[in-house]
Parts: sequence; C-alpha cells; structure tokens
Amino acid sequence: MAWLACAAPAHAMHIAEGILPLPWAVGWFAVAVPFVALGVRRLNALGREDLSIKPLIGLMAAVVFIISCMPIPVPTAGTCSHPCGTGIAAILVGPLLSILISAVALLIQALFLAHGGLSTLGADIVSMGVVGSFAGWFAFRGMRAMGAGLGLAGFAAGLATDWATYLTTSVELASGIRGDAPFLPLVGRIVLAFVPTQLPLGLLEGAMTAGMVLLLYRKRPDLLVRMKVISQQEGVVHA
Amino acid sequence: MPDRKRRLKIFLLHLVLLPTLLYTFYFFTLGPKPWTGVDEAVVEKIAGEHGREASPPLINTDQGDLLLFVFLLAGAVGGFVAGYSWRKLVSEKRRDS
Repeated sequence: MAWLACAAPAHAMHIAEGILPLPWAVGWFAVAVPFVALGVRRLNALGREDLSIKPLIGLMAAVVFIISCMPIPVPTAGTCSHPCGTGIAAILVGPLLSILISAVALLIQALFLAHGGLSTLGADIVSMGVVGSFAGWFAFRGMRAMGAGLGLAGFAAGLATDWATYLTTSVELASGIRGDAPFLPLVGRIVLAFVPTQLPLGLLEGAMTAGMVLLLYRKRPDLLVRMKVISQQEGVVHA
Repeated sequence: MPDRKRRLKIFLLHLVLLPTLLYTFYFFTLGPKPWTGVDEAVVEKIAGEHGREASPPLINTDQGDLLLFVFLLAGAVGGFVAGYSWRKLVSEKRRDS
C-alpha cells in the first residue's frame, strides 16, 4: 500500500530522449542487445527446469520497476533521484535475468512515464541493467567469498549497484555530449554533480538491499538455497 | 524477560526513535530548493551546456495531471504484482511445511 501512495512523477537518472547523438545511442543499443538476449535465454532455461521460482521473478520485476521510478528527496542536495533495484534482483535471480527485468521496466518507463527516452534506452539498459546488475552481483559474491554475512554482503551489493550505475551514466553522457571537450574532466564534473544526491541514496539502496535479502532469508531460505544465494548448510541451519 | 525491563527497553527505543523521526521530517523542510530531479539538475543541465537538448517523449504524458495519473496507475499495477508474488512466495512455503 505504501508503494501506491508513493506514485509521483519521477525525476531521475535515466538519460532523456534526444540527449545522446544517434551514433552513440545506436552504439549503446549494440552493447545492450546481447545481454538482453542472454537474459531471455536464461529465463527460458529456468522456466524449463523450475517453474516454482516464477513468483520470485514476478516480485523482482515489480520491485525493479517500482524502485526505479520512485523519487526520493535528498535534503542535503535539494534534489531527488531513485535507487535502481537491480542489485537485489541480480542477487536473487542472477545478473542476466536482472538485465532482462530492467530492460522491460525501462521500456515501459520510456514509453508511458516520460522517464528516460526510447533512443537512449540502450544506454539506460547498459548503465542500470548491465553494469548495475553485475556490480551488485560481483559485490555480493565477493563479500560472501570473504566470509561476510548476508546483511553486509547485501548492503555492499546495493551500494555498488547504485554508484556503478551513476558512474556509467556519467561516462555515457560525457562520451556522447563532449564534442571537442576533454573526456575525463567532463566525466569527473558529471560524477561530482551526482555525488550530493547519489552518495546518500547509494547508502539507502545498500540498506534496502540488505533488508530484502534478510527478509527473504527469514521467510524462504529454501528459495535462496535453490538460487545458490546461500549454501545448503546455511539453509538447513536456518530452517 | 521481566516485564519491567521490557517496558524500559520499549521506552528507551521510543525516546530515540521519535525525536529522530521528527528531526528527519524537519530536516526535509530545510532543502534549499524544490526537489528537482538529477535528470534536470545534472544530466539535462550539463547536456544543455554542450548543445544537446532533451526532446519530448514519443508518447507525451507530461500534460496537466496526466503524468501523475499514469504514475499512480503504474504504482498500483506494480504494487499489485509485488504483493501477489510475495503472497504466493510465502504461501508456497506454508504449503511445503
């Protein structure tokens, strides 16, 4: 119900229609398409072997869609932006499915919510879907391999997802609009402009991701075992 | 846990939580300007300085309160899907056990 009350036009990081020159827009599509295709293949494979994870995929799709168009005000900056949600999706259903989910969410937002553009959809999929999902997934797996608990690893994943997404957006924007201006100083300027908003929002996304992982661990440890998020032993201990 | 100790813990929790919440709400009112999105404040601003302007979306819902309505609809559908999926996930667990 709280989500319903949150409905408000979002102002956020997706690159709007017409901002990127056509060759760059096409280039980012070319980068995004293979990952989306791999996501479709992974969905088909999962559907063939285990239908019981369908509600989990549905939940993640809704979470990514809602989170990525939910504006959150940042008082210190006087601006608002949104978390990505692809970190939690990558942890629970894998980075390839997370990319597919974010591509669908971004397409709906670009078509009906004036949120991101159709021509810039490829760039938005690369930043939020591809980089966000893999950054979150690697951070989670890396932290777990180093012996971190689920909560801490989830927090690191959310943080990495958010900051990596905005860093990629900065690179995409700078490479597309720079003209004759030097590339690195422009990237630095855009990153610095994002910092007051995204620094606290990254921490918030980390906390949200940790909370969601821990909640699912409490409610459905068997699902986390099946998705290889935790080991069989950890699942048995909890149950 | 003895009842008195439990009540003291709840009291202390409220003593910390309530002022924190109140201060958070107050803090939000101190924002230097209306909540401009980073798309406007950063992306479109810097793109504009380099001669790239955002063009209107293909389906322009940014007219009057239409965009607000579309967001409400999207929030309702998304909230329903999330709630339904969560319920299925949790009820499956109950069925299994």
